[in-house]
Amino acid sequence: MSEVILDVQGLKTYFYTSKGIVKAVDNVSFKVGRGEVLGIAGESGSGKSTLGFSLIRLVPPPGRIVDGRVIFMGEDILKMPEEEFRTKVRWKGISMVFQGAMNALNPVYTVGAQIAEVLMLHKGLSKKEALEEAANLLKMVGLDPRRVRSYPHELSGGMKQRVVIAMALALRPSLVIADEPTTALDVVVQAQIMNLLKRLQRELKMSIILITHDMSLIAEIADKVAIMYAGKIVEIGSSDRVFNNPLHPYTRALINSIPSLRKELKKLEFIPGVPPDLIQPPPGCRFHPRCKYAFEPCNKEEPPMVEVEPGHYVSCWLYAKR
Amino acid sequence: MGQPGFMNIDSNTILFARDLKVWFPVRRGLTDILAKRPPLYVRAVDGISFDVKQGDVFALVGESGCGKTTTGKSVLMLYEITGGQVGYKPSQELMETYSKLGFKPEVITEFGHINLAKIPRKYQRPLRKEIQMIWQDPYGSLNPRLTIFEILEEPLIIHKYGFTRSDRYDMIYRALELVKLTPPEDFMNRYPHMLSGGQRQRVVIARALILNPRFIVADEPVSMLDVSIRAEIIELLMELKQKLNLTYLFITHDIAIARYIANKIAIMYLGKIVEMGETEKVIKNPLHPYTRALISAVPEPDPSNRLKMREVPIKGEVPSAIHIPPGCRFHPRCVALDEHSELRGLCDKSEPPMVEVEPGHYVSCWLYAKR
Ligand SMILES: Nc1ncnc2c1ncn2[C@@H]1O[C@H](COP(=O)(O)OP(=O)(O)OP(=O)(O)O)[C@@H](O)[C@H]1O
Ligand SMILES: Nc1ncnc2c1ncn2[C@@H]1O[C@H](COP(=O)(O)OP(=O)(O)O)[C@@H](O)[C@H]1O
Ligand code: SF4
Ligand code: SF4
Ligand SMILES: [Mg+2]
Ligand SMILES: [Mg+2]
Repeated sequence: MSEVILDVQGLKTYFYTSKGIVKAVDNVSFKVGRGEVLGIAGESGSGKSTLGFSLIRLVPPPGRIVDGRVIFMGEDILKMPEEEFRTKVRWKGISMVFQGAMNALNPVYTVGAQIAEVLMLHKGLSKKEALEEAANLLKMVGLDPRRVRSYPHELSGGMKQRVVIAMALALRPSLVIADEPTTALDVVVQAQIMNLLKRLQRELKMSIILITHDMSLIAEIADKVAIMYAGKIVEIGSSDRVFNNPLHPYTRALINSIPSLRKELKKLEFIPGVPPDLIQPPPGCRFHPRCKYAFEPCNKEEPPMVEVEPGHYVSCWLYAKR
Repeated sequence: MGQPGFMNIDSNTILFARDLKVWFPVRRGLTDILAKRPPLYVRAVDGISFDVKQGDVFALVGESGCGKTTTGKSVLMLYEITGGQVGYKPSQELMETYSKLGFKPEVITEFGHINLAKIPRKYQRPLRKEIQMIWQDPYGSLNPRLTIFEILEEPLIIHKYGFTRSDRYDMIYRALELVKLTPPEDFMNRYPHMLSGGQRQRVVIARALILNPRFIVADEPVSMLDVSIRAEIIELLMELKQKLNLTYLFITHDIAIARYIANKIAIMYLGKIVEMGETEKVIKNPLHPYTRALISAVPEPDPSNRLKMREVPIKGEVPSAIHIPPGCRFHPRCVALDEHSELRGLCDKSEPPMVEVEPGHYVSCWLYAKR
């Protein structure tokens, strides 16, 4: 791998709710190289967004990062005082396109003013300079720079999503986390946004973490894939290996559940049952109540992560020695 | 316009639309009225024709705002129809109910189809029993303050279907079994928030089925669900269709899903059907430039795609349904028009007719029509 810019080790983020402790991210480890795109896939509620929030230290209450290390460009950013993190890392080093952000743009300000605010606040630009830079950013994401004067309601969904991406890129971060960036968009617009991310990633040599429940979007852009289930990464490896040789039963079902437009019609697979309760996750392998291969050790002991082929890891008793 | 030549309505046709239009007036300011500006309309559905045979799964596919839901709702008589007809082949039972009520619906074909656009409100209730809708949003469409039992009991009470509470209990029990929420006792007393997204969608389906309908309008029944559970709901819908002899008008923005469920497919763009036919024909051999763009935009789980940009042959953005471009409404976005200089001056002036290009495959585009 190229230079590692993000190294997450044993990260745990829990929500302390009145009903109990929700273990949304529970001992997660992975690395991202410079210029690399990591896709994180999993069902809704598996902890993908919480993982993203953890990396920019914006976990909403009652959530808290309880353990682990997040080493970004050689420094453990979980140890930094908030003030240092805010001025040195958040938006400048790591930024995030939040799930649903395009609908959270402020309706009373122009999109130019909203981008300019970020630039004034973090880069100390004057208002005039900031607006000029905002126009440049809009151009970079494929919008007419004159759109700085538009209000959010004057833009289509795809245009709003481009604005949100422009904001995330405003301070030229080395790593962008994109949480479900196309979920509310039509397929034509989705393809355009994916192309945009691809182009920006190449031009700016950024690293991207793409979070989605849709494995086919991951195939569109990711070099590496991590599969999350119930707060844990259950499989991780290069896109080529994970798609062409999926190991974990959950990964296989995820891939085989995708309706295909071009391949031969065959019965779609699905994952029966309901996603687990993260307050009291099933013992042993968390997937065991829904797994058609579950056998004797699965409901007792958590399977260790094993390297099945170079760089391709899975946590499942079918592959681990006992 | 009369009956478009491509329609073949027969005694097997359970529902058809003929030049259906649903326009919504745009609210005007006082200045518009004083200046005597002509009223404007959102032309949500702007003259569409299709026919659905008994046992079909007929998919309406298109992007957000193209008029799918409006079409579905007008079939259910939830919108006033601006123009055209919706023909429906009533059950014998329905006609008996009507004759008991002394009501004679307008019959518009030799096969006994009645015009849904002309059924007065007070006679709509018996029809609503046979034509049901599964809504787009399983989160918003269930009342959070009612238990699953109460949610399913509501239509039974409204339609006076099941006289005693124990009749109704039996029907609800059976409906929950049908959608595989078993054992039913476990689910009856729960509230919607105590169910997963997939389970909620099963309740929505159970509610649509509880009155024994014949025709179901399913509006994006899986789009709010994770990919991993969509297949399960699709399979359930297909199983129920077989078991209960249903016909579906299936609305989706996802053409890949349509491929797994529909035998016929219609592609909509800005209030019009641009291409229509047997599903595999349309998907394997898309003819309309818009259909081609739509298909090329669909991602596949193939990791070699990351190495290239996805080419989507389309320009610009969807225009507003208030200001629909003249001629072929797709022309400002059409790349085929740029490549075919002979079509210049035609596409932007006159609307292309719907033509049958191969048996059972129709397209509305000047590339295929006689000029
Ligand atoms: N009640 C209404 N009043 C005014 N305009 C409406 C109304 N309902 C729908 N429209 C407009 O009609 C057009 C078609 O809307 P419709 O809801 O049928 O689209 P759709 O294809 O179902 O889209 P989606 O995929 O987003 O559900 C849109 O321009 C919409 O804004
Ligand atoms: N603000 C919050 N308060 C309490 N629980 C939360 C909060 N946000 C998320 N969770 C819980 O954390 C888990 C993971 O959620 P999330 O990270 O949003 O998953 P995903 O993005 O994969 O859908 C879920 O069980 C969810 O209910
Ligand atoms: S560990 Fe057991 S239950 Fe878990 S995925 Fe592997 S086989 Fe299935
Ligand atoms: S009629 Fe003309 S503008 Fe319309 S889709 Fe066909 S070629 Fe394109
Ligand atoms: Mg999320
Ligand atoms: Mg709709």
